[in-house]
Amino acid sequence: MENTLQLLSGNEALALGAYHAGVQVACAYPGTPSTEILENLARFKDIYAEWSTNEKVAMEVGMGASYTGARTMVSMKMVGLNVAADPFMAASITGVIGGLVVISADDPQIHSSQNEQDNRHYARLAKVPMLEPSDSQDVYDLMNYAFDISEEFDTPVLFRTTTRIAHSKSVVNADKIRVVKNLQPAFLYNPQKYIMLPVNALPRHTKVEERMIKLARYCETFPMNQVIWNKKKIGIVTSGVAYQYAREAFPEASFLKLAMTWPLPQKMIKSFAAKVENLIVIEELDPFLQDNIKAMGIKVSGKEIFPIVGELNTRIVTESSIGAGLIPESEKSVVLPPAEGLPKRPPLLCPGCPHTGIYYTLNTVGQRTKLAESSTPQEPKLIITGDIGCYTLGAYPPHNVLDTTACMGAGIGQALGMEKAGVKSKVVAVIGDSTFMHSGITGLVNAVYNQGHITILILDNHTTAMTGHQEHPGTGVSAQGKETYTVDIESLCKGIGVKDLKVINAFDLKALRTGLRDSIDKDELSVIIVRGACAVQVKKRQNPRKIDVEKCTQCGICLKLGCPAIQSANGQVFIEPTLCAGDICGLCEQLCPQKAISA
Amino acid sequence: MKKSMDILITGVGGQGVVLASDIIGETAIAAGYDVKKTDTLGMAQRGGSVVSHIRLAEKVWSPLIKEGQVDLMLAFEKLEAARWSHYLKKDAVVIINKYEQPPPSVSLGKEKYPSDDELVAALKRRTDKIYLIDGNQKVKDLGNVRTLNIFMLGCFAAFAPLDDKFWRESISQRLPEPIREINLKAFALGRKEIEGVRIGTN
Repeated sequence: MENTLQLLSGNEALALGAYHAGVQVACAYPGTPSTEILENLARFKDIYAEWSTNEKVAMEVGMGASYTGARTMVSMKMVGLNVAADPFMAASITGVIGGLVVISADDPQIHSSQNEQDNRHYARLAKVPMLEPSDSQDVYDLMNYAFDISEEFDTPVLFRTTTRIAHSKSVVNADKIRVVKNLQPAFLYNPQKYIMLPVNALPRHTKVEERMIKLARYCETFPMNQVIWNKKKIGIVTSGVAYQYAREAFPEASFLKLAMTWPLPQKMIKSFAAKVENLIVIEELDPFLQDNIKAMGIKVSGKEIFPIVGELNTRIVTESSIGAGLIPESEKSVVLPPAEGLPKRPPLLCPGCPHTGIYYTLNTVGQRTKLAESSTPQEPKLIITGDIGCYTLGAYPPHNVLDTTACMGAGIGQALGMEKAGVKSKVVAVIGDSTFMHSGITGLVNAVYNQGHITILILDNHTTAMTGHQEHPGTGVSAQGKETYTVDIESLCKGIGVKDLKVINAFDLKALRTGLRDSIDKDELSVIIVRGACAVQVKKRQNPRKIDVEKCTQCGICLKLGCPAIQSANGQVFIEPTLCAGDICGLCEQLCPQKAISA
Repeated sequence: MKKSMDILITGVGGQGVVLASDIIGETAIAAGYDVKKTDTLGMAQRGGSVVSHIRLAEKVWSPLIKEGQVDLMLAFEKLEAARWSHYLKKDAVVIINKYEQPPPSVSLGKEKYPSDDELVAALKRRTDKIYLIDGNQKVKDLGNVRTLNIFMLGCFAAFAPLDDKFWRESISQRLPEPIREINLKAFALGRKEIEGVRIGTN
């Protein structure tokens, strides 16, 4: 497929670019919008690719591999870098041998995240160079540079994408072939470099500062930083996808398009600024470029004009610029408002989802509908701390079963905190199997050690569902599809010291209710593993359920399951046969008081 | 100079919107276009609102289409056509699959699914070129309901500046042997179907 044009997403281009750049080891934990990078790399059988337990572990595996001279890539979503920040900072100070490229896929607009953090600040914090592509071709082309820079300057390279780069597809000419420089990785004894005792770390810090000075010189001639001359009334400094919006909104302006955004090419920026009448920065999220350009003593505007919150697009760039007098009012296009009064369509748990039964149970036992519909804030009868995964959707009606969601693994600690603070209500933490492996285990160890009385529900659907069904240590299959050891959650909990441990079938409503009641009434810490396969992964679907309209009294109880297959039109509830998961589920059949639902 | 085209595909998670937009993109590259496409999905696998932007031109900058600039909308579900009506250009073409999937708030009786008149009114703010197609029924008759997205691509093809041979190639490349033939049939069926139904100014 060499030398042909392909339509590739940023993530696909990234994987292909890394492969051609000779990557030998790749590790990641799934997270939108970064997941497909490792999925694509894992298909190349001549590299080692793994799903690591979490991003911190991924970064540590990456450091080790890089120390042996292997070209290594570690990829994650932006909040993953918070988890990996400790080894990331350590990798900065020890430096590398084989190129170490760290991908941070940021999520402006919070399409699927818990915040909108701008990870460009990490490059400055960690004193590492940063590259930012503006489309899939850029991604592919920058990958070689990323590994070369890493090796030449003895530093990890932060490669920052955003959702719109990672998940957009554009045309790529993948014109390189794979070259692996170091065919036999080897680790050489070098305590001054690798053992960060104070005696070694302080001299390393000096080296880091020297490295940044060299990089500041290098970036002045970095070939992918590009000046595009046009009229000189307006000069725009930009990077990433913002460049595309800016080009469309300002067809006549001059551009300084930066592909390397840390360190910044001060001379290049100064020379560009001197040649244009009005210097503007167009960037998404924080005024990262703007503040650093200001610090060079250059007059520049940016965030006074363009929003700091959310993604940009051509309309926002154009309208903001009209407001600031940069684009004439006559360019303003008439934009209709969205049609009013349309029902929203929030994401839902799928038909046959193994979370539905326990969420219905938590809703009724905890009287959550009443809680959610109350006009004044009430103390929940049952406090339920949430976590990150498909099961976060339980926050929406009709379930309304979550009180908190913060970051991976936080729910267990939060639950213990509430109990220890002295709340009167019982506290339950909900966490998925992949998230439990990622960062729930340490929370459970802490809760057992500190004698908590909370109930922890591990919703075990045997996959990392929300990001598209990646393997994890509990599934027994590796990222490259090989059979491997399965970490057994029951034995793990027992080993930690959990005395009250139950395993309940996710599709048995009676058992769920009895089990939950028993655990929350107990004066000790409980773990309930709610087990059921993710419905999307179950291929065999038989006997969709039907509602007998003669028996149905329209009581609406089945609708409270929140199953997308159970719908209501013209006053009659029905089950959409193309959506119903059939025999694998049967929750509605168990629930119907009239026995009106059957296969 | 190639004629540029901005296309929006809207639907519900699980209907195959993303595959359809991938195939449009791949067909357009084969036909010599610059292409960018971007999908906006909710955070779940199924059931949420999905919209895909596809842009074809000599040179495309932004992957997102500006509101008011869409030349053609392909809607796999009725409500999802109206939801994105503010993206339409004046006199844009809209092809709607008549299928109705009530969102949870409708099933729970908290909101009403809009009537056809209400949905069409939202679109008519911009255009009268609205084609309503009973895609679900057609592909059911064909024998595979999962070919809906390719059937809709067939409807789109009648308006696209792309040669038939490119379509056959890109569909064949994307769909594996056992379902290739039926999908090519669905594509041809969609193309034939579009020549029929049109709502006037009533």
